[in-house]
Amino acid sequence: MISTAAAAETARKSLAHWAEQAARPLTLMEVCGTHTMAIHRHGILSLLPENVRLISGPGCPVCVTPQGQVDQIVALARQGEATVATFGDMVRVPGSTSSLERERALGADVRVVYSPLDAVALAEALPSRHVVFIGIGFETTVPTVAAAVIEARRRRLGNFTILAAGKRIPPALDALLASGELRVDGLICPGHVSVVIGWRAYEPFAQRHRLPCAVAGFEPTEVLEAIVALVRQAAEGRADVENLYSVWVRPEGNRRALKTLESVFVAGPSRWRGLGIIERSGLLLREEWSDYDAARRFGVEEHEVAEPSGCRCGDVLRGILAPADCALFARACTPESPVGPCMVSTEGSCAAAYRYGRRRGQ
Amino acid sequence: MCLAIPAKLVEVHGDEGVIELGGSRKTVLLSLVENARVGQFVLLHAGYAIEVIDEAEARDLAALHRMVSEASEEE
Repeated sequence: MISTAAAAETARKSLAHWAEQAARPLTLMEVCGTHTMAIHRHGILSLLPENVRLISGPGCPVCVTPQGQVDQIVALARQGEATVATFGDMVRVPGSTSSLERERALGADVRVVYSPLDAVALAEALPSRHVVFIGIGFETTVPTVAAAVIEARRRRLGNFTILAAGKRIPPALDALLASGELRVDGLICPGHVSVVIGWRAYEPFAQRHRLPCAVAGFEPTEVLEAIVALVRQAAEGRADVENLYSVWVRPEGNRRALKTLESVFVAGPSRWRGLGIIERSGLLLREEWSDYDAARRFGVEEHEVAEPSGCRCGDVLRGILAPADCALFARACTPESPVGPCMVSTEGSCAAAYRYGRRRGQ
Repeated sequence: MCLAIPAKLVEVHGDEGVIELGGSRKTVLLSLVENARVGQFVLLHAGYAIEVIDEAEARDLAALHRMVSEASEEE
């Protein structure tokens, strides 16, 4: 629940006022999985006026990793030639036939790390093993992966590579909005991606799609502020980018982090679960860093693979289906026995809807 | 997965720093930020500081301190 009842009441009144002024149904999308969790955990849905609804976007890195790439990661672990180091969220994601968790139970060496640099330290500590770091993540995380690769080269480690699976948020949002599949009236932009890319990164498509944008922090009051700002923009017919996380987010972002990212990675096509291949939405290793490419070294490719039968994570990620409206939700698919990644990741919209028992999109 | 927490820098040694969080100290990497100094606040993600600010630079100082104290409690 909202920590201060007074602040919540003020926001609710303000929201009610601007929603009435807008006088039409408004659909706002929160892009970031951490926002999804905050919205559910703090009961923010219960404060929304009748004509305002919130939907989740493609902002959980584990969830948007396509099935073929999950299979690629599992294949790498199954080969047994390398130790697979990964963020914890990835371990339970089911591929077509297996998961990292299952391969580990069968004897594969799979380690959960907190930082990409921990994977570099692991490679240094295990000179007779090869360590592959699974580099999933958005612009928040990819600079840390780049820094770790640079560090591995500095330490002259020949037994460390990464699976380059980083993704860029703006091209994915652009593709989603351009598809015309759903109408979005405002975007809650991801706070920590914005720390790196800066709030100006949203200006081109705020203009192109005539879309109100608000960069938000993660406290309940900050999320509410963003919702109020977006509804107000809609009521006033504006489409601006408002930075409501100004403690950390600069107009141009963190240039040093971006420079580090760009020194190792280059934008290229990337496949997203539910969205298909999006140009320039992936972060691929530059040719001069190809020694660190685990896919090349171990000959594991990403194939196009069908989603698990009945799983509609792709539709959930595109914002066209509420988790509770998936036939598998809470029946065949639960956090204990997940079918799709949106139920696995703690930040997945299905996991959030399951845990907090609220229907969305109402 | 893009979770990041704020903390105060209490030591800086080149590209490495030490933060204090919930009474314990932790090493952080500073190679993704410019000229971090002791006493500044960093935003920590996956072992790296991804942003650094002066207390004086923080436009919303109350929000900063609230975030730091909440991060300490959660830790």
